[in-house]
Parts: sequence; structure tokens; C-alpha cells
Amino acid sequence: MKRIAADERVMISLTVNGRRRAGHATPRMLLSDFLRHEVGLPGTHVGCEHGVCGACTILIDGRAERSCLTFAVQAEGREIVTIEGHADAGTLNDLQQAFSEHGALQCGYCTPGVLASCVQFLAEIPEPDEAAVRDMLSGHICRCTGYVGMVRAVLDVAAKRVSNR
Amino acid sequence: MKPPRFSYARPETLEEALALLSDGEANVLAGGMSLAAMLNMRLAAPELVIDINRLPDCDTITADGDAVHTPCLVRQADALKDASVPLFALALPHVGHMQTRNRGTLCGSVAHADPSAEVPLCLTALGGQVELASRNGTRRVAAEEFFEGLLSTVREPDEMVTALIWPKAETGTGHGFAEIAQRRGDFALAAVAAWARLDGDIVEVGFALGGVEDRPRLFRPGASGMPATESTARELATAAVAELDAMSDHQANAAFRRHLGVEMATRALCDAFAGATP
Repeated sequence: MKRIAADERVMISLTVNGRRRAGHATPRMLLSDFLRHEVGLPGTHVGCEHGVCGACTILIDGRAERSCLTFAVQAEGREIVTIEGHADAGTLNDLQQAFSEHGALQCGYCTPGVLASCVQFLAEIPEPDEAAVRDMLSGHICRCTGYVGMVRAVLDVAAKRVSNR
Repeated sequence: MKPPRFSYARPETLEEALALLSDGEANVLAGGMSLAAMLNMRLAAPELVIDINRLPDCDTITADGDAVHTPCLVRQADALKDASVPLFALALPHVGHMQTRNRGTLCGSVAHADPSAEVPLCLTALGGQVELASRNGTRRVAAEEFFEGLLSTVREPDEMVTALIWPKAETGTGHGFAEIAQRRGDFALAAVAAWARLDGDIVEVGFALGGVEDRPRLFRPGASGMPATESTARELATAAVAELDAMSDHQANAAFRRHLGVEMATRALCDAFAGATP
């Protein structure tokens, strides 16, 4: 059984964006803070810190989850994908390209979280309707776009992926 | 905000987890969709957090002759895809969002006991049970008796919710679920889970109201022989809500909550009538 005292700093090893990474954490360190400050990947954004706004959403073992409601010590050995791992540096994947083309972001604060959800969503539901996209997006708060561009971008990517099969 | 200091333990067996629970002030961490948020807001400050996420064999839904069992690590997202309890597909889409259902557990929602939560509501409506384990043994408590009020249950500090037991519906039973919240995924102002058996008219009906009172409330009106119509549904709904001590808060006062309760119960009952086959 793993036991960590409240003030004890332990080494946490996990896979982030396909690479083995490690850092130090006390039990109370949130995974979102661990990724930003220990692993050095600031693309995971921190908003409300109680699971409501969706900015910190990342992929943990392929599922879109709130990194602010997960402690770093829980992520030992897990596979994590942050926004930095969605495409090679300097390039955009099809979702990111579509977000750009459809005006699906403005300030960009919510975008890394939204894209994590979109990855899992389209993997599970390759041909969604607008209602399903909006339901998925309900887990994210965007104060810039009104979501219309995001809905169009997700539907556009879904249609293109289906036609490219 | 950031959580307060706490010690962390990650047991690998249920026995280890129960031993830790019997040792002192601790919180069990399953999905963390309620506990981690409460820690971050400093509404909870346990000395020890017991992370049960790596307990073996606790994430699979099983069924025996008359009941479906959902152990402590069954995630809401996985239950949503499971057809063995028909209310899951109707109610679980209202639990938070996809991103929280991926991690949040059915048992965690029951242990947390938010009065507007959907999982406690469904378990109550179906006459289900909560399995509690401690070092001294295991007991089962009817959902109707498990919830005592706002975030309050009969669980003892050394006990852990290890499973929920969902009675299987008789063939032909119809189910309905209705909820109103200010936004998708928000706490319900009123929610109702209902089921009905018909032979043309009503044979048996049950429903639970959530979000109105400080706990889900079960109603099993003697409605045998009544016609399965909207006016019957409204009559049963109105009689039930009249018994409730409705909550008031900044989102809805007691009178509005009762109004919403009647509307949601009427809709859920109508859906249950429509889904029932003789």
C-alpha cells in the first residue's frame, strides 16, 4: 500500500504526451498544477478549480477528465495527453485547424480543455448530430465565442473524417 | 483554490481500506468529483484521504437473479452505456458532464448525498439498497432509509459504500425520468425518477422526487386500477409534492420548487406509462 504523509514530497512518474516524465508532489498537489509547474507544460489551463469550467480538461488513459479534481499522486503510471501532445510542435491537427477556420476560439483560455473533450467525443461518436456536440460542450465554459464556431468545427471535422475513410 | 494539507493512502485491497477507515478521521476518494471539489473549496479537511481507485475487481457491473450490483468503482460514464438498469440511460446524462461522468462513480454520488443528485434519486425510486462495509462486517440499507438530509447519510465514519444493489424490473415495466436545472449539468431544481406497470390501467407505480426536499423521497401510491393518463399522473404528483418540506435557495424558493416538482413528476410518470407494456 502506498502511503504519503501530508508534507512528504514524492517522485511521481507518468507518461505525458508519449514520453516518460517525472516530478515531485505532495498529496495535495493538483494534477493541473503538477503538469504546469513540475512537468513544465503550461498548456493545461486552470480556471475554477472545482470541476465546473472545463479549462483544465486533459486526456487520462484516453478519457477527458478534469485535472483540477485529480491529485498528482493519483496519476502515478497513467497515460496523459495535454494540449501540447495533440500535434507536432508548429503544426495543427485537423481539429485545431477547424477551430481556427471556424472562429471556434478567441482568447483561447478554454480551448485546450475543449479540444481534449473533442478528441474522446469524436473517437466514441464519429458521426454526431449538433445536439450531441452541444451536450459534450456543456462541460466547458467559453465566454468569448458563444459556442457556435465550436459546434461548426466539430461537425466539420466529423464529416471530413467520415468522407476520408 | 488549493486543497488543505492531507495525508494520502492508496490501499490495494478492501481490507486495507477498511482498516484505514477504522483508524481515524478520513475521507474515501473514488472519482473525486465531489470530494476533490470540496477539498479545493476547503469545505472538507480530512487528515487522511484514502484513494480506492486501485482496488481490484470493483469496476464491473454484475447481475444475479433479481438484482444488478454496481461496485464502488463503476464510473457513471460506464453505467450510462449499460442497459441492465433502464433508468441509467434516462438519468445519467443529467449527472454533471461527460468529462465528470468519466471519473465520477455511482457509489460516490450516493455516499456524497447531494439532495439534487440523480443516482441517489434513481436508487430510491427503484427500492434499491446501499451496501456498507467496515472491519466489523457488511450490511445493506434500503436507499429510502440511507439518506438523512443534506450531505448526510446513515453511513458510520468507519464504513465505506462498497456497492449499490438495483432490483431488476419486472418485464414490461416502463421508466421515466425528468429534470429541470438552470443549465445542462447543473444541480437539479427538481428531478423525478418513475416506473410503472400497467395492464391497460395501472397495476403498480413508484417514483422518487429529488432536489425539492433535502433528500430524495420515495412515493408508492396505491394507484392500482387508475387509468394511465396525464391527469392521473398530475394527481399523483400533486399529492406527493404536498407532503414535501421544500427547500428555498437563491435559485428557487420553496413554492417554485414544489411547482417544478409537480411538473417533473407528471412528465416522468407519463413517460413511465408510455414505456410500459402489459
